[in-house]
Amino acid sequence: MHSLGGKVAARRAPMAPPRSFIWTRRIVLTVLTIFALLPLYVMVSSSLKPLQDVTGTFRWIPSPITFSSYIQMWQTVPLAQYFVNSLIVCTCAAALSVLVATFAAYAVSRYRFRGRRVFTLVVLSTQMFPGILFLLPLFLIFVSIGNATGITLLGSRTGLIITYLTFSLPFSIWLLVGYFDSIPRGLDEAAWVDGCGPLRALFRVVIPAAIPGIITVAIYAFMTAWGEVLFASVMTNDTTRTLAVGLRDYSTQNDVYWNQIMAASIVVSIPVVVGFLLMQRFLVTGLTAGSVK
Amino acid sequence: MAPASTPTPAPVHPARTRARAGGGGHRATARRRGPGRLRRIGLPYLLLLPALLFELLVHLVPMVVGVLISFKALTQLYLTQWVHAPWAGLGNYRIVVDFNGAIGQALLHSFVVTCAFTAIAVSLSWLFGCAAAILAQDSFRGRGLLRAIFLTPYALPAYTSVITWAFMFQYNNGLINYVLHNELGITSSPTFWLLGDNSFVALVTVSVWRNWPFAFLVVMAGLQSIPRELYEAAAIDGAGVRQQIRLITMPSLRPVNQVLVLVLFLWTFNDFTTPYVLFGNGAPPPADVISMHIYDASFLTWNFGEGSAMSVLLLLFLLVVSGGYLLFTSRRRNA
Amino acid sequence: MPRPSPIAMFAIAAALAATVAGCSSSTSASTSTSTAAGSTITYWASDQGSSIADDHTVLNPELAKFTKQTGIKVKLEVIGWPDLLNRITAATASGQGPDVVNIGNTWSASLQATGALLPWSSQNFSAIGGESKFVSSAVGSTGAAGKPPAAVPLYSVAYALYYNKALFQQAGIAGPPVTWADLIADGKKLTHGSVYGLALEAGSIPENIHNAFIFAQQHGCSFFSPSGAPTYTLPGCVQGVQQFVNLMGTDKIVSPGDAEYDQNQSVSDFASGKAAMLMWQAAGANLKAHGMSTSQYGVAPVPVQSGVPGQGTSVDSMVAGINMAIFKDTHNLAAAEKFVQFMTSPAEQTILSKEYGSIPPVSAAQQNAAFATPELTVLKNVLATSAVAMPQVAGESQFEQLVGTAVKNLFADAVSGPVSAQTVEQQLSSAQQQMTG
Repeated sequence: MHSLGGKVAARRAPMAPPRSFIWTRRIVLTVLTIFALLPLYVMVSSSLKPLQDVTGTFRWIPSPITFSSYIQMWQTVPLAQYFVNSLIVCTCAAALSVLVATFAAYAVSRYRFRGRRVFTLVVLSTQMFPGILFLLPLFLIFVSIGNATGITLLGSRTGLIITYLTFSLPFSIWLLVGYFDSIPRGLDEAAWVDGCGPLRALFRVVIPAAIPGIITVAIYAFMTAWGEVLFASVMTNDTTRTLAVGLRDYSTQNDVYWNQIMAASIVVSIPVVVGFLLMQRFLVTGLTAGSVK
Repeated sequence: MAPASTPTPAPVHPARTRARAGGGGHRATARRRGPGRLRRIGLPYLLLLPALLFELLVHLVPMVVGVLISFKALTQLYLTQWVHAPWAGLGNYRIVVDFNGAIGQALLHSFVVTCAFTAIAVSLSWLFGCAAAILAQDSFRGRGLLRAIFLTPYALPAYTSVITWAFMFQYNNGLINYVLHNELGITSSPTFWLLGDNSFVALVTVSVWRNWPFAFLVVMAGLQSIPRELYEAAAIDGAGVRQQIRLITMPSLRPVNQVLVLVLFLWTFNDFTTPYVLFGNGAPPPADVISMHIYDASFLTWNFGEGSAMSVLLLLFLLVVSGGYLLFTSRRRNA
Repeated sequence: MPRPSPIAMFAIAAALAATVAGCSSSTSASTSTSTAAGSTITYWASDQGSSIADDHTVLNPELAKFTKQTGIKVKLEVIGWPDLLNRITAATASGQGPDVVNIGNTWSASLQATGALLPWSSQNFSAIGGESKFVSSAVGSTGAAGKPPAAVPLYSVAYALYYNKALFQQAGIAGPPVTWADLIADGKKLTHGSVYGLALEAGSIPENIHNAFIFAQQHGCSFFSPSGAPTYTLPGCVQGVQQFVNLMGTDKIVSPGDAEYDQNQSVSDFASGKAAMLMWQAAGANLKAHGMSTSQYGVAPVPVQSGVPGQGTSVDSMVAGINMAIFKDTHNLAAAEKFVQFMTSPAEQTILSKEYGSIPPVSAAQQNAAFATPELTVLKNVLATSAVAMPQVAGESQFEQLVGTAVKNLFADAVSGPVSAQTVEQQLSSAQQQMTG
């Protein structure tokens, strides 16, 4: 019954909901909207206030309105450099995460092999590891690798990329398995008949059919990496610092530049918010596909 | 003979093989391609290899090292050669679970706070998400915009949204006190939100604000797979909206909700970023959640052995709870 | 038909390798190259100026000078206070750290216990000009007694009482208070409406521990026994801490909102006239940045029970400051020592301390007229006569963290009223029990 999947168009118009429902809907949705919007409004309005207004008594409407914080924020802190670092780290982590997860999900989805269940369980269970448990050990392991092989992982973007791509791997694999499962094997086998190996089938047939899932996974991995604070604070140095750590520098010895913090927050959030809003429809499809079994 | 020459490398149930389309042709091919069979067996493992390697490197091996450290007395004295730190056996564990001692007591308190926090925050997130998803199910004007507004808090990086809440919760110039005290006059004097008892409320508020959009998204996805005919049939039978929700929507959503609640539980219980950005170093005792507590107890006091012991106990707890939860829910499904 | 071609397997490997290679950066590790002029050392500086960018502006010309003199290049990284100790910890654990690093001088004994810092034997000292070139009180805060220092003093500061002259005049108070009774009385006169007598950074762990230590000293308790065992619950310590937090709880001369302050908001409050007094380490540079001119405020020693600052129970500050340490694992000891010598030379000390508003711990530089301003004269005096070093024990950073947090929690209680001695003792006892190693 559930396999009808989402969007069954009604053949006749749905019966009109009762008034009480409409009013409940209006009230609840309005309250939730205010709840969601309040901090967003504070961010925007505070970014337009001069420093003394934003550290003084709160006022709803900024007056005077000034864009100075959007200009000064690039100088108070090397924001552009942090931006570039974050972009590099997160894009690479997302790209690699997609690649690795695609291969793994293809294996789990298309093959019944010994250890399949163990692998899935182990990967899923890593979701519950408290980050603090493996922060220091991971650090020590990166150091050992650096000493043994000469590859610098600490303080370099590579180390952070490897860390971030692994963080998003469990969810990505889980989501992609769901997507791949919903792609009928007939497609694969049609490709085999045409003379493709399983890998070529993967690239020619399965991946194109699962593009929404792949985009979702990419954006999810990017978002996860963009917002991570703890590991970034330990594993970066001056040149490789990301935005997550860099924004803390706006609270200096003399002042907390709240207006610049808000302005920087807005600018920093735009990529992920836009990306997320664009892909959330695919996330929904992916989650539905995942739960349809 | 047939099952032995299936194209899939691992032993497969015969029924499944027969059910696969084109199985016959593959069997014939397989017999002709003897030497290629090894490569075929190897392919799924090869595909898994990168994922496995990264998981080993970043999650599993450090985890094992972390567990090892929990059996050592690793303080600042041995930091430079942590491999040579003296073994403490179960000493660290004994200290952290000794509820008569200060450390054990603090840990127990933190655990209780975290359980309460998670229970309340997850319930509210789920409630808001469900309510919004159900209410926004029918299309009405502005629904797309509403969805975008609802989802934005989830999309914002934590360190931007939580710092904004910290700004709003300030005692002197924060918006919350301004509205409650200056404008509405609800409280006779400004209240503290970032320390004291209300810090718990502040933490719950921020956590719910950040997480309920995810519940909203997931329930929305789940709702899409419920056929309209069910509702129409029920409406014809005279069921009101509330009954429809109770009898059709909720049961249909059960598998979705089960996964959702588990995921929210794990995320909230382990959440480090929210309390860290909201409170900084040293969380106020009423809001001392366990992830912050372990960070304070290990990184800030250089007691990595005890910190690791606490983390291992936390992990065991989460494994037991998740395992029990999955067992319980799958039994209910099969029943 | 299923046929994993070698090409495909190569493609997998190549794709991964290419992506990883493309994504990796060429940031170098933080160890230096081998000895000789023309080598490079890495220096982690602390955030001393008004912002990290400001520190770069101050230090870069000096580093260029050093390179010109010696041919040794210095790779500078300025690390903010929230991250500095974590980074040093990580460097200690990994053996991969800078060559030279700034540390808070109170961290000296704890870092010394890790064994990661180069001990300053007389041989090492002679490479930079000898131990005697430093002021003795500053050297007293460089490591445990009986062991060679783990670092050398770089900048010295002390606590002083800053008071707003105009507000004092309005309230009819002639001069700064010298005893606590005076301070409380003055504070009460100055507290009215939204103006408070005293601003405290009561949400900050470092500020709390420094003040708690001073108050406890004035009651005869130093938190540690001579053998290094923690003694947080002795009556003197309890009374000292209680007196401190009850400035807000009982005397009500501190705004309750200060209990949240941990980003130097108390300095802003003093500068804007919302508070009439402030106890701070060398606030001059900070106040100047807030637009307060030196004629608007006066500087006096922090009050003591007897009214006359001195040693024993009349101390009124801890020896605050920044030390400079060399990591034992450095690959370039000679270059690192040259750099330390450069930074502790009287010429550089004068330049840097002038910029940062601190006092140079090098005797020869202290004579410079730049350090004879009213504020710095008071600080120099305090350092010379009535300052005492924080406990130089291995567990010092634990002590700071645990007791500082305990005091922060006590202030959260103080916002609603007086704090009893019993509550104070409970918090201190709990902190003491959490001390290990």
